[in-house]
Amino acid sequence: MHYLYYPGCSLKATGKPYEESLLAVFRALGIDVDELKDWNCCGATTYMGVDEVQAFALAARNLALAERQASGAAVVAPCNACYLVLNKAQHYVSEYPDIRKRVTRALKVIELEYCGDVNVRHPLDILVNDYGIERIGQEVKQPLAGLNVACYCGCQIVRPYSTFDDQHNPQSMERLLRAAGANVIDWPLKTRCCGAALTGTIPTAGTGLSDLLLKEARRRGANTIATCCPLCQHNLECYQAEGRGESGTLVQTPVVYFTQLLGLALGLKPKSLGLKRMLIALQPPAQATRAVL
Amino acid sequence: MSSNTKQKTEDVRVAVYVCHCGTNIAGKVSVEQVRQFAERLPSVVVARDFKFMCSDPGQELIADDIAKLQVNRVVVASCSPLLHEHTFRNALRKAGLNPFYYQMANIREHVSWVTLDRKLATDKAKALVAAAVRRVANAVALEKKRISAHRDVLIVGGGIAGIHGALTLAESGKHVYLVEREPTIGGHMAQFDKTFPTLDCAACILTPKMSAVKNHPNITLWTYSEVEEVNGFAGNFKVRVKRKPRYVHEELCVGCNDCVEACVFKRGKVDDEFNVGLSKRKPVYMPFPQATPASVVIDPQSCLELMKGKCSKTCVEACERAAIDFKQEPTYEEVDVGAIILATGYKTFDPKRIPEYGYGKYPNVYTTLEIERLVNATGPTQGELVLKDGSTPKSAAVIHCVGSRDRRFHLYCSNVCCMSALKMAHLIKERTGADVFNFYVDMRTAFKGYEEFYDQVLNEGVQFIRGRPAEVTDWAVTREEEGKLVVRVEDTLLGMARRIPVDMVVLAVGLESQLDAEEVQRKFNISCSRDGFFLERHPKLGPVSTFSDGIFLSGTCQGPKDIPETVAQAGAAVAEALCLVDKGYVEVEPNTAYIDPDACSGCKTCIALCPFKAINRDESLKIAVVNEALCKGCGTCVGACPSGAAEQNLFTNKQIYQEIEGVLGYA
Amino acid sequence: MSDSTFEARPKQQHHFDLNFGKSIMALPGGEDLYRCIQCGTCSSTCPLSAYMDHTPRRIIAMTRAGLKDDVLASNTIWLCSSCYSCTVACPKQIRITDVMYSLKRRAIQTRRFSVGPVAALARAFIASVLRTGRSNESRIIVRTWLSTQPFELVRQAWLGLRLWLKGRLSLRRHRMTGSARDIPKLLRNLHEPPTFNRKA
Repeated sequence: MHYLYYPGCSLKATGKPYEESLLAVFRALGIDVDELKDWNCCGATTYMGVDEVQAFALAARNLALAERQASGAAVVAPCNACYLVLNKAQHYVSEYPDIRKRVTRALKVIELEYCGDVNVRHPLDILVNDYGIERIGQEVKQPLAGLNVACYCGCQIVRPYSTFDDQHNPQSMERLLRAAGANVIDWPLKTRCCGAALTGTIPTAGTGLSDLLLKEARRRGANTIATCCPLCQHNLECYQAEGRGESGTLVQTPVVYFTQLLGLALGLKPKSLGLKRMLIALQPPAQATRAVL
Repeated sequence: MSSNTKQKTEDVRVAVYVCHCGTNIAGKVSVEQVRQFAERLPSVVVARDFKFMCSDPGQELIADDIAKLQVNRVVVASCSPLLHEHTFRNALRKAGLNPFYYQMANIREHVSWVTLDRKLATDKAKALVAAAVRRVANAVALEKKRISAHRDVLIVGGGIAGIHGALTLAESGKHVYLVEREPTIGGHMAQFDKTFPTLDCAACILTPKMSAVKNHPNITLWTYSEVEEVNGFAGNFKVRVKRKPRYVHEELCVGCNDCVEACVFKRGKVDDEFNVGLSKRKPVYMPFPQATPASVVIDPQSCLELMKGKCSKTCVEACERAAIDFKQEPTYEEVDVGAIILATGYKTFDPKRIPEYGYGKYPNVYTTLEIERLVNATGPTQGELVLKDGSTPKSAAVIHCVGSRDRRFHLYCSNVCCMSALKMAHLIKERTGADVFNFYVDMRTAFKGYEEFYDQVLNEGVQFIRGRPAEVTDWAVTREEEGKLVVRVEDTLLGMARRIPVDMVVLAVGLESQLDAEEVQRKFNISCSRDGFFLERHPKLGPVSTFSDGIFLSGTCQGPKDIPETVAQAGAAVAEALCLVDKGYVEVEPNTAYIDPDACSGCKTCIALCPFKAINRDESLKIAVVNEALCKGCGTCVGACPSGAAEQNLFTNKQIYQEIEGVLGYA
Repeated sequence: MSDSTFEARPKQQHHFDLNFGKSIMALPGGEDLYRCIQCGTCSSTCPLSAYMDHTPRRIIAMTRAGLKDDVLASNTIWLCSSCYSCTVACPKQIRITDVMYSLKRRAIQTRRFSVGPVAALARAFIASVLRTGRSNESRIIVRTWLSTQPFELVRQAWLGLRLWLKGRLSLRRHRMTGSARDIPKLLRNLHEPPTFNRKA
């Protein structure tokens, strides 16, 4: 199966490690993926709050481009917000004739057409459902022993549309990382909002939310947090100064992308997975792969 | 009276009455135009319009015209025959005219209530009137058939509705078959500890009735039995009941429970259904101490002997009355009854469908039914209200509206859960002294004594928070929350989000229809409403009858309700059933088929096709003859007859063609 | 307390603008607002409701009743992070997140920015998309801080430096290949471009 890769603005900036590790993992597994040419910003949640129809039009342009570049291919959108916005656009354009009319007309002006033929999917979905956990298990060369991982799924890939996983207790990342040999910790906050853009605009509220997640993950015994969204990763990693352990020493929990962990298990080199870009070094799993700050 | 004599060509004088039905018809259809149109139709001697034809003055109009204008055919253009065909046929009869010289044109349900455009509506009304006039001109005098009705009644379901119904019927002198699929009667009420609002002990008020059922000479009690097949029609139902094998002779067993003690399994093996899975029972078991009949039953899906044939059968040894018989087979009974009352009850909503509440995930999240069993002396903890680890709870949350008033599950309100939740609060407070919080959205305590009960519970210090919790979680944020279940809710009356740690959570689950409601509905030929419960004939005026004559409903199978309403409905259903069977006969439409002996070629097609075996061959004349008593008027033979010799009363070919022409002719 | 601090509380009918509620309900996602029974599930599941001056449920009640000024002046609509917990939890299946978006848009249209930084971020985001077709995260957040909370720039400088050293901060503009002009063209052909590009 051929996939079109829609990076989204984050994966070219703060989310660079995600892009590096995702493409490395796909390449190692032989998954055929091409970047969507000439893609534009999906609008994320911000644009939706300013002008809804414009937001849908921005998303629809990408969908139209995907249809044109490789009709029938699925679009992989790793960033949770992009994933949601593209899917939401599809739903609303088909549900509301007025929106559909305006978007179609505007797309026509820039010589594009969106027919509703494209499927927007998340890398977790592709790895678990298309590629298959068993196959991945067979490809694992260096199981991630020594890592107690709390999988943080975030909100927008299970809400409001939960096409590939359970809305309340998603298991895709857990199954993947278990197959990679990690000790996966069960915890109740895996889909609770990380604060999104509020960490920048209303820091008390934003970092307050991230803090709760870090505290609970640590309490449950996690020494690593795996994420699948660049904003979640940023929020959980970058504001950890406040966390202090029982002895008063600074506790820092590495927050990495699930693709980075998967890549390690597949035997890929840490540098190719962007692990050197992390602010908090990943504690080395028992098999001597080292991430250096 | 079958009519194979041609109607004498008498002077047909039709009267047409166009009803306004207030504004129901007149608001959309131009009644005056229809009247004028009708006046000009052939054979019509008078056409009138009137505000309410079904009223006394309306009917008198008809009587007058019959007397003074020698009207001998009547058409009323009004509502559905389901409502007033009977009324007008009676009016004709009272005026001395055969009631079947009447035809109804439905210009309300079929026209004014479903057509938006006034002109189109009026046109359609005219077409229907033209059709009715043509049809009635070819009407034939007939008489309603009387078929004798059986006097026995079948009640399906042995909960409080079935029990009360059976006792009432039995007292009236009728014979009742009470069929219950569990090994004992009692239903859900037997599982309760106390009943609101009086807090009567449920078993204390129920068991005397259960015992009365067992002992009443007019009641045949068949437990552990199910209805397999229903045939026939009102007054003459033929029902096949399957009696499942208990592997114990009911008549011999005295309920001493020695076999249960002696069973090779020292501990319970299977989830105890009566205790809602909170404890386990052995393969041989007594459903509960006051089970009626007081006989044990052996479960073939967990009994070693029945599954594998390899057991030392210590139960047989222990039984002093030799009541155990592993060779028992299911038996079948066929009964003839005149009426059937369905009292099949409800099931509770499964809160696993709302994963946010943690049912099944956290050990101390319970449903109301589970708490009933916990506080009951015959329950798994002998009436001690304790947590799963045996300790006494110091705080509890009761959540209302679980599974009800929710578009994702059931849009309806389940009626009884608010009271049930209040009862829970009271019981928990009384037994443990714990801090109790009730989380509600609206407090529905409308019945007799219910608001007073709410007041009582308020006085006991139970805290009420208006808000529907989003989740029950073990995620602790403060020290006091550690190890507890935290309820996250918005206290809407205070307008703030709150986190309340408790030891146990009780979910007031809603009521829903039984899992096999669809199957039962098909078996008895009734319908279900959109919420899944059985459909009553009319939500206001016909709550216990259905669209199938002779089949009645009572209790929660018709919709969520409390015990007083259930008992009332049970009585009502009995009264309506008695209406039917007491008379000893039912009157049926004279829509039987008849065969023209001159046209019949003796091909025997109809004989083979008749689903009721109502057609016989007359060997001497070599033609087919319809047995009126058995004919149900289905019309199969009429449609199949190659010579057109078979016709049906009330639907003769001539009548139908004339009706069609009436509609098409109006262009 | 002086006499001037007291104000009569009971609201008279003219304080309520029913058209406001109706107009919100006319927007996509708002059609189901009429069936809210005020159960509060949305507020209780919202991870940010503890920070809001009016809980989501209250905002819905106020919207339906027509308390336009109070609703648009609240910080609730700016605190919403679009996590969709409310939408999924609502027993009446009301798309509350979409209602929050509609209210946000209405606040922008009527130029009410009760929480400056969020609006500033949106403004910077739009500007970036219109100019380059992409959203340049670092430039956007810097512009936001500059215009509303410059002290944050200082506070986050160390983090910014570390991220830059790791190659996760893109100070240069990322651009679309050539067809960046398509974006304003696309958006203008829907209807008027967003009107709040000028500084509030």
